Amino acid sequence: MTASTSGVITLHVNGEPHTLTVDHRTTLLDALRERLGLTGTKKGCDQGQCGACTVLLDGRRAVACLQLAVAAEDRAITTIEGVADGGRLHPVQQAFIELDGYQCGYCTPGQICSALGVLDEHAAGWPSAVTADVRPEAGPPALTDDEIRERMSGNLCRCGAYTAIVRAVAQAAKVVSA
Amino acid sequence: MREFRYRRAADVADALALLEAEPEARPLGGGTNLVDLMKTGIERPALLVDLRDLPLDRITPTADGGLRVGATVTNSDLAAHPQVRLHFPALAQAVLAGASGQLRNMATVGGNLLQRTRCGYFTGAAAPCNKRLPGSGCAALTGEHHNHAVLGASPHCVAVHPSDMAVALAAFDAVVTYETPGGPGELPLAEFYLPVGSTPQLETALPPGALITGVVLPPAPVAAVSRYRKVRERASYAFAIGSLAAALDVRDGIVREVRLAFGAVASRPWRARQAERALTGQHADAVAFAAAADAELAAARPLPHNGYKLPLLRDLVVGVLTELAEEAAR
Repeated sequence: MTASTSGVITLHVNGEPHTLTVDHRTTLLDALRERLGLTGTKKGCDQGQCGACTVLLDGRRAVACLQLAVAAEDRAITTIEGVADGGRLHPVQQAFIELDGYQCGYCTPGQICSALGVLDEHAAGWPSAVTADVRPEAGPPALTDDEIRERMSGNLCRCGAYTAIVRAVAQAAKVVSA
Repeated sequence: MREFRYRRAADVADALALLEAEPEARPLGGGTNLVDLMKTGIERPALLVDLRDLPLDRITPTADGGLRVGATVTNSDLAAHPQVRLHFPALAQAVLAGASGQLRNMATVGGNLLQRTRCGYFTGAAAPCNKRLPGSGCAALTGEHHNHAVLGASPHCVAVHPSDMAVALAAFDAVVTYETPGGPGELPLAEFYLPVGSTPQLETALPPGALITGVVLPPAPVAAVSRYRKVRERASYAFAIGSLAAALDVRDGIVREVRLAFGAVASRPWRARQAERALTGQHADAVAFAAAADAELAAARPLPHNGYKLPLLRDLVVGVLTELAEEAAR
């Protein structure tokens, strides 16, 4: 590691600035886990295919394994550790617990961060690949189970807890929009 | 991963200067394909020029009624944009059919155009691949090629281009705009990707040192009745084994104008001009749709394990055009 292939960066994670020296090759995922001790974000495939490392970047869901840490400077990073409001769980977290939206739990932080993104994207009126009519005059699609499955398809669960995950996201959507 | 330097370009001129000064530099958009390939050593840039601060993240109307889409617009913002969804619904559908919500939030339009094939022999690094290591051969010809090209391939490479977005752009005559140190330029999408020939490692007609600044969609009233349909091996979050972007204008039962482009069949999005010519002026019915598909697919040269793509594409053309004809009649 030489000076020109590393640098001092400041990452803003869950509202807190963290200044660290990183090799430019460091992914945000490795920086979070190995440097900042925020091990809630999980490493699954490390290829952008499983969604276990999903975090929010400037409020939008993204996979931390394909995000270089150096390129995440000056962006607001939210990890699973920053989702709850102090001791009060977020409605998405509460729904996953109440409806058993997991088995082993390894994919759960990514599922929850992804679901947060899904709820925001749906609230913003974004269509999905299963939305019958994407034209604006058709109006925002209802968040049906098919819409939830499609929108959550970037998060794999090897235990196969999908049925309960869909229920949990649907319940959380009702709580959040109430 | 090779060690690399990193710079955030302040503006387009700064990005061009950085790219010009380092022949092994690569521009960084969302990084969803580039970083993945850097991890496996397929891509080995010495410098990444991050484009995030460039003012290319907007979608704006053009004077003639088209749309200009900046190169760093994310896939998500492109698919969510009301003017895109209204005037080019197949483009929004194509983008939404690609990748996952997370990746669409990261990936950019410029990067989408420049993404590399997902051929396992290209990404695998151990097998011969003329695209990765020119002259080493093509392992797919006699290997796993059920999702490889049936049109426009060569004995040197049978890989397919993975983009969904580019298929819709091809159907709508999009123009790629770029800047070079010597000034701006543009390439119609039909000329953006080079024929495979004997040089599959050369993928685009962009001049050296060029930076994609955006894509221009000319006004296309026909695109208002358009659709993108993607066939894949699972319901979501997979690359296409065949896809179709189609737009149709029917008056009094006669096809006035039709646009057809196939995905996952060639090294580039495949504009089906033979089919379009065959269908224009014909009755808008399933017989004519099938005949048009056959006119295009007459040039197809399937490999031993991907002949299924021909009936798949034919069915896509008939199915999607039948739906669009019904939509146009409403």
